[in-house]
Amino acid sequence: MASVGTSFRRKEGPEKLTGEARYIDDCTLEGALHGVTLRSKVARGILREIRFDPAFDWSSVVVATAADIPGENAVLLIEKDQPLLASRELNHLEEPILILGHSNRAKAYEALEHIEVVCDEEEPVLTMEEALANGAVFKRFEIVKGDLDTGFRDADVIVEEEYRVPHQEQAYIETNGVAAWEEEDGTLVVTGSMQCPYYVHKAMLGLFPRAPEKIRVIQTTTGGGFGGKEEYPNLIAGHAAVLSLKAKRPVKIVYDRAEDMRATTKRHPARIRHRTGVKKDGTLVAQDIDVLMDGGAYVTLSPVVLSRGILHATGPYECPNVRVVGQVVKTNTPPNGAFRGFGAPQTLFAAEMHVEKIAARLGLDALAVRRKNLFREGSVTATGQVLKESVGAQEVLDRAVALSRYLPRKKECERWNRRKSAPSWRGVGLAAVFHGAGFTGSGEVYLQSRATVSLLPNGDIEVEAASTEIGQGTTSILASIVADALEVPYDWIRVSTPDTARVPNSGPTVASRTCMIVGGLLKRSADELRRALEREGVDWPPKPSSLKRAARKLCANGRPFGFVQEYERPREIRWDDRTYRGDAYGVYGYAAMVVELEIDKITYEVTVKDVVTAQDVGRAINPLLVEGQIVGGTAQGLGYALLENVIFDKGVMANANFTNYVIPTTLDTPPMRVEIVEMPYSLGPFGAKGVGELPMDVPAPAVAAAIHQATGLFLTELPLLPERISKALHDRAHRQS
Amino acid sequence: MRGDPGSMTLLRPRSVEEALGLYAANPGAVPLAGGTDFMVAWNAGEANGRTILDLSRLGAWKRIAVTATGVRVGSLVTHRELQRHPLVRRRLPLLAQACGTIGGHQIQARGTLGGNIANASPAGDTFPPLAVYEARVRLRSAGESRTLPFLEVFTGVKKTALADGELIDSIEIDFPRRPTRESFRKVGTRAASAIAKTVAAGLLWLSSDGRIREVRFALGSMAPTVRRLHSVESLLAGKRPTSRLVEQAADLLENDVSPIDDLRSTRAYRLEVSRNLLRAFLSSGLTR
Amino acid sequence: MIELTVNRKKRRYRGPSFKRLLDVLREDFELTGTKEGCGEGECGACTVLLDGEPVNSCLVPVAQAEGSRVETVESLGASSRLSPLQQSFLEEGGAQCGICTPGMLMTAWAYVRGGGPADPESVRTALAGNLCRCTGYQHIVAAVVETAKREKRKRARAR
Repeated sequence: MASVGTSFRRKEGPEKLTGEARYIDDCTLEGALHGVTLRSKVARGILREIRFDPAFDWSSVVVATAADIPGENAVLLIEKDQPLLASRELNHLEEPILILGHSNRAKAYEALEHIEVVCDEEEPVLTMEEALANGAVFKRFEIVKGDLDTGFRDADVIVEEEYRVPHQEQAYIETNGVAAWEEEDGTLVVTGSMQCPYYVHKAMLGLFPRAPEKIRVIQTTTGGGFGGKEEYPNLIAGHAAVLSLKAKRPVKIVYDRAEDMRATTKRHPARIRHRTGVKKDGTLVAQDIDVLMDGGAYVTLSPVVLSRGILHATGPYECPNVRVVGQVVKTNTPPNGAFRGFGAPQTLFAAEMHVEKIAARLGLDALAVRRKNLFREGSVTATGQVLKESVGAQEVLDRAVALSRYLPRKKECERWNRRKSAPSWRGVGLAAVFHGAGFTGSGEVYLQSRATVSLLPNGDIEVEAASTEIGQGTTSILASIVADALEVPYDWIRVSTPDTARVPNSGPTVASRTCMIVGGLLKRSADELRRALEREGVDWPPKPSSLKRAARKLCANGRPFGFVQEYERPREIRWDDRTYRGDAYGVYGYAAMVVELEIDKITYEVTVKDVVTAQDVGRAINPLLVEGQIVGGTAQGLGYALLENVIFDKGVMANANFTNYVIPTTLDTPPMRVEIVEMPYSLGPFGAKGVGELPMDVPAPAVAAAIHQATGLFLTELPLLPERISKALHDRAHRQS
Repeated sequence: MRGDPGSMTLLRPRSVEEALGLYAANPGAVPLAGGTDFMVAWNAGEANGRTILDLSRLGAWKRIAVTATGVRVGSLVTHRELQRHPLVRRRLPLLAQACGTIGGHQIQARGTLGGNIANASPAGDTFPPLAVYEARVRLRSAGESRTLPFLEVFTGVKKTALADGELIDSIEIDFPRRPTRESFRKVGTRAASAIAKTVAAGLLWLSSDGRIREVRFALGSMAPTVRRLHSVESLLAGKRPTSRLVEQAADLLENDVSPIDDLRSTRAYRLEVSRNLLRAFLSSGLTR
Repeated sequence: MIELTVNRKKRRYRGPSFKRLLDVLREDFELTGTKEGCGEGECGACTVLLDGEPVNSCLVPVAQAEGSRVETVESLGASSRLSPLQQSFLEEGGAQCGICTPGMLMTAWAYVRGGGPADPESVRTALAGNLCRCTGYQHIVAAVVETAKREKRKRARAR
């Protein structure tokens, strides 16, 4: 029975269902200290002095500061501007200054209260606009296609608008947590909740210089990441390690919810301006788009978020004349970072709402405007990429529209809304998106990812990759790919824990790349392993006994017999980093969604009644897991659209708890109808592309479009809170009177 | 988690008398019922070193007794128990409904009516129903007992009129004469497990000639404490509910409340929605 | 010393009586299946059954659980022998990252055991105090509905 295309049970499912799975806080470490972080109470300033209360008993407390970092005091990502621990400049509220440890967690927190930080406070820059005016730009990109002036001259109508999207908190149910200790042989071990063990490994090398084999990073069962544990663990791991080396004892740091929400990365807020030229029939002729993002106080991954943001800013539409300018600026707020979608949910909200606006201006249905311009095979993107294959855009749009009965439902909602006595307004909204799979441009080449398939001494087959299971199904789908490549049962495949001592660097578990890129490497490794075993006389498909026999012969000295593959950029993919032109991604996923909702006329609360979505993932390796990703991502997208409001006060999140930062419950999430569309990608394993982030891009504009149909209100800022709907209705009534 | 269990002193009386005696001797102690409010603060490290007066063993306060005129609810009755009680569901339906909207099921199973009142949050979901049912709160201390009308218990945000050494014994609620119309509605930050942005309860009695004999309407989360809309009630008494009168009532609502902008909502929204709730209550289905 | 029954075994706890039930379970009794997600009583990851009712164990001082019956996820089954509810979750995809799963299972189990109706709306209402960030709830609801149906059939046969 083939594994690919079968909804096999999650490999690590049983442990998660019985409480046997060990997350970092479930691990007890002999003699460990609880580590806690002293954080800046000013958004900007110069650190002068750290005063320890002499009346407090410090004898059981170990303290680590910047001075205790043996290597460079920098958390390596793209730049080295972020210190592990602040030593002079304070650039945001919650910036870490020192780590202290005590064997009793409550006493550790108590000790924090007895430290005074003396600093010269400075005026912080807290808004994107102010930062831009000051020229505090981390990165600027520009994409140009054709000639804008020509385009605008050609236009019948020009439509302009500005859109704003706020921070969003990943809200993984397991907070950040890491433990570190040094073994007797000098190996620094770091273990915890993370998405990218090799990112942590690289960062630790810079902080605690030693031979690479002397740093070992092991991922524990991770309770959600969504990007929030992509780069942030570099920081918390460094904290645990520096204290551990100082104390000569293991250290575990686990954040409570409030600290996690205040101090760790969030989705980049953005302001997106569209100026679009269209013909009367809806054809796009000119797109002039300006994207401004708030990076927070340090660069972290902002240039990459901005890059993906601008590469998706046009929406999935072909336009002959395009200019996208993107900038990400520095403000004195906690650095923003990766969150599922990584720049695309922000710019796609704007792009899709702008289609809605264009349609309204032209008196056309938004579906018609989309059909006029939607990508198809042969379309050329803003970077000049020709979409050669696996372009499911039309298909997903058609399926979503058909399955949801979009046009008749729209009419029914219009009829309902004409009834003055109706207790609610009803609306149907549509959105269509695309999402590039894998790293942008030359990113995958830069990563030089590697993955291995091995025959173990006992005859088992093992996958060795750095890709982490964070709930999305990594373990299961990599096993399925290898199982089918080898024509053996799914249950025969083991997947190694992501431990840098055991697995090669397959790159980070981000960017919807795990299945497509790492799965692709593993398929080739499996093919090589099979050829080698066949050369050794193993008949194919093999029996367990023949694999055991082969292992006895080939696993010399008890070492696995395996084949590693390294990423090679397909010749067909051409990209120029300087001009930002060419094939931005190897392939794109496509999704369309129809949302039907109801707005209560008394309370203006929005209830989403129905969600229908079609998503092109190339090939569903495990349909149940794909559906799970789509439904889960959609729920997060609905939260982004309607509920999740990060409130900043003087430079830090003011509602840093689940009571006041509201994520969807069972009753906020409707049942969803999901249709998986498969337009295979010739370079993806069994045709697969990426899945994880695509669902995040599409709900918010679909919801906003539905609210537009329901009420006539064109809302340009997320979240679409009842307060904003109420105010907009009130303002409109006021204008009309 | 910043609570330090080793720093706490726990007093665990076995009877009401013992509890009151211990409380008199330890006036700085924190009375603890179901813990759904206090433990949140404790987890955040805000109550280390305190003395706790654990009331959970006081069985006498866990009963719902039927009286000649209604019920007496022991202060330690949980919201879950109240919501399930057949008499409460039938005769005090607004209270039963409110008990079902407080937090999630896990909170309802632990949170107590007395604890909720003593915590005196402006957003207490059960408070508008208790206000329109005109509940009475019985207080006891080591020496004395007294009964306060429900609204007089609250003096400000998280502040009560309880004197030193006083605990809530029970809440007495008389069954109202069957109203012509009754309504409870909570407007939360999401569909479930949410804090109220505004929460309303209303009772209305019409005379046989179609005039409003009496109306009681209360709002929570609209002021430091729950409020009965006395101006509105006075305006409406004895009159026929025309649409013009309903509009007048809606305009008058602002006199009786003082909503604010906060992390959960805005003053403008709260007023708008509360007016809508009042209008809906007065306008629809007024005949039986 | 505080005595309580945990997963049908009498257990004794000797330590500060204000320690949270959650921490007593995880640290003193080494039952790490129950998780902490927020410390506010909002996420439900710490849900255990206390005398049959789902409660947030992060808000219960262990002293208040004295003499009570506590049931945690460990009482449902082991990976070699999953309970019908757990098996349903596995088949329907009810667990992704798994951190909310123990609490979710306990609330669901109380619902199914209590004869809760096997329709999605009622199940959603019952689970509203358990947050999940991964699944969007659909597969969880399907698993619980399926188990509730099976439980009903079992009860019907038993009569």
